[in-house]
Amino acid sequence: MSDPTSTSSPQAAPTTVAAAPATNGTFSDDLAPAPAMGRRRFLFLRNAKSILGLSIIGFFVVLAIVGPWIAPHDPNAVNPSASLESPSWSHWLGTSQTGQDIFSQLLVGTRGVMVVGFSAGIIATALAVVIGVSAGFIGGAGDEVLSMLSNIFLVIPSLPLIIIITAQIEGNSHLTIILVIALTGWAWGARVLRSQTLSLRRRDFVEAARANGERRWRIIGFEILPNLTAIIASTFINTVTAAVLAEITLAYIGVASLSDWNWGTILYWAQSSGAFQQGAWWWYVPAGLCVALLGMSLALINFGIDEFVNPRLRSTGLNARTLRQRHIRPRVGFTPVVHEVGASGDRTKARKEADHA
Amino acid sequence: MPESVLTGASDETILDIRDLHVDYGYDERPTHVLRGVDLTVRRGEVLGLAGESGCGKSTLAYAATRLLPPPGLITGGEVWITGADDEKRDWLRLTDTQLRHARWSDVAVVFQGAMNSLNPVHRIGRQLTDAIRAHRPHTSAAERHERGIELLELVGIDPDRIRAYPHELSGGMRQRVMIAMALALEPRLLIMDEPTTALDVVMQRQILEQIADLRARLGFSVVFITHDVSLLIEIADRIAIMYAGEIVESGPARSLYHHPRHPYTAGLLSSFPPLHGPRRDLGGIPGSPPDLAALPAGCPFAPRCAWADDHCRTDHPHATKLDDGARDVACWKPLTR
Repeated sequence: MSDPTSTSSPQAAPTTVAAAPATNGTFSDDLAPAPAMGRRRFLFLRNAKSILGLSIIGFFVVLAIVGPWIAPHDPNAVNPSASLESPSWSHWLGTSQTGQDIFSQLLVGTRGVMVVGFSAGIIATALAVVIGVSAGFIGGAGDEVLSMLSNIFLVIPSLPLIIIITAQIEGNSHLTIILVIALTGWAWGARVLRSQTLSLRRRDFVEAARANGERRWRIIGFEILPNLTAIIASTFINTVTAAVLAEITLAYIGVASLSDWNWGTILYWAQSSGAFQQGAWWWYVPAGLCVALLGMSLALINFGIDEFVNPRLRSTGLNARTLRQRHIRPRVGFTPVVHEVGASGDRTKARKEADHA
Repeated sequence: MPESVLTGASDETILDIRDLHVDYGYDERPTHVLRGVDLTVRRGEVLGLAGESGCGKSTLAYAATRLLPPPGLITGGEVWITGADDEKRDWLRLTDTQLRHARWSDVAVVFQGAMNSLNPVHRIGRQLTDAIRAHRPHTSAAERHERGIELLELVGIDPDRIRAYPHELSGGMRQRVMIAMALALEPRLLIMDEPTTALDVVMQRQILEQIADLRARLGFSVVFITHDVSLLIEIADRIAIMYAGEIVESGPARSLYHHPRHPYTAGLLSSFPPLHGPRRDLGGIPGSPPDLAALPAGCPFAPRCAWADDHCRTDHPHATKLDDGARDVACWKPLTR
């Protein structure tokens, strides 16, 4: 037994062993635990912020789909005898000056808001990805041209531009509004994506792919785009928010077609009929609340994405409530100390006692 | 290196880590990366900390100095460090201000790849003396410059280079500047985390000799972290071997090298060829390092150990003193001499 080599059992080949200290390169100094796969897959959905945001969005999506069917009244039906009625059982959110049912207008109008918001968001994000990533990846003259283009769109005040364009186009349908908002709203995302692509382009794994002779589209699609997922997602959410706000603004100032209901149209009529002066809060408050709720849910999703993409936050379940409960303040340079393991080393017991205290 | 280097060490402890527990992750299912580590470093002693990648060597050093970045969390234990004023303090109970005062003057750390931490736009001298300015604000610029030159001479760099920028120095020189910087406030304890890993063998040798020489002259203690056990045999007085977040064996360097008592130590030592003495077969350790998130119930090394029996697989061994207290081994069936 005195021979130290006898530790190795006969089946151990020296090759497997000599490399032992180096085998787990990725494991080395970053001891961050790798949670079980099942736990990691739906982590985005475990985040309270994203759950709340997604639930609100889901609620509005359902309303957008079924709204026109479940609306109790025709939103356009004028009923002079029921002018400016406050909320009641027959009119849940009261009526307008012309006796139109506000609740029905709100339900019918949700579809317009969601369709325009998400379509404009998708188109603008696609534009941003195409222009931003190619500008960042191609570099040189192509980059100059594309960057100049996005800079121009960045400095143009977009709302006046949208108003002018929309006012010029005959019969401004949803589609026109979508296109106008998308065309004026892509530049910010393109700029962010370009910077990130510039940084990614010089990283070793991209250089390695290039040296391997991979085709350009493959490098972009397989090496670069997956690294941009989070930025693309948050760009999308931001553009949707901007699109919803732009659309509602357009409707509110009366530039968009007033025959299509959306929350902005409700606000337009409320404003032009002096609902505020007449104390008809039920006319403008619900629409305003819906806008605020939708905006909040989009912001919450963005926070959720933020926490999800930061691997440090992701792997630790760095969740404000847990940290508060355990009195942990994570900081670099001052590792938090919780004296949970008692002198006996009995972890569970110590934890339980801490809970009781 | 002869055993006589041990004479540099006294009985006074500089660093005393007791039952240190560290988790990674703040949620309900953290990974326990350090599970009750005890370690002492005496004054003037060089303690080598060795083990496979991911066994918790660096975590131990950073947790003891409270430098572990999130998601690191110290869940229990005590870390007593003797300061410059001979006062013993539990670093896990220090306030932020106390911690800031104690760092660098009581304990200095040379980080892994530290030579890349030099700011490229400032001269070496300014960066060398920055800590002095922060800790002793009453010193004059001339005094600090004087000290900077002294420090450079200490690590064998021409004092002219005090006006050099980091890019004008070689990797080895920059590493030595970092060591000089760590010594700026004459700490009693120097923690070196793989200080020579990025350097070639010749430079490694020079730096090791430099450290040994400085230790002999200035009398500080060193915790030397490496995965290269052969290095430790050269420089360390005592060696502690870590496995899966525990210290499985610790003892005087030479006796540990010649007579390992823990099967893991024996495996580690037989993983590289001896440069001197009789040839021996290269063995090693079968299997791969354990997953710290899913450790076996008994001895963590049992699945890879040739001597493991049912007892090893069910009961966790605790460190016991062997060889008249000179050796600590956490094994149910330590190897005999």
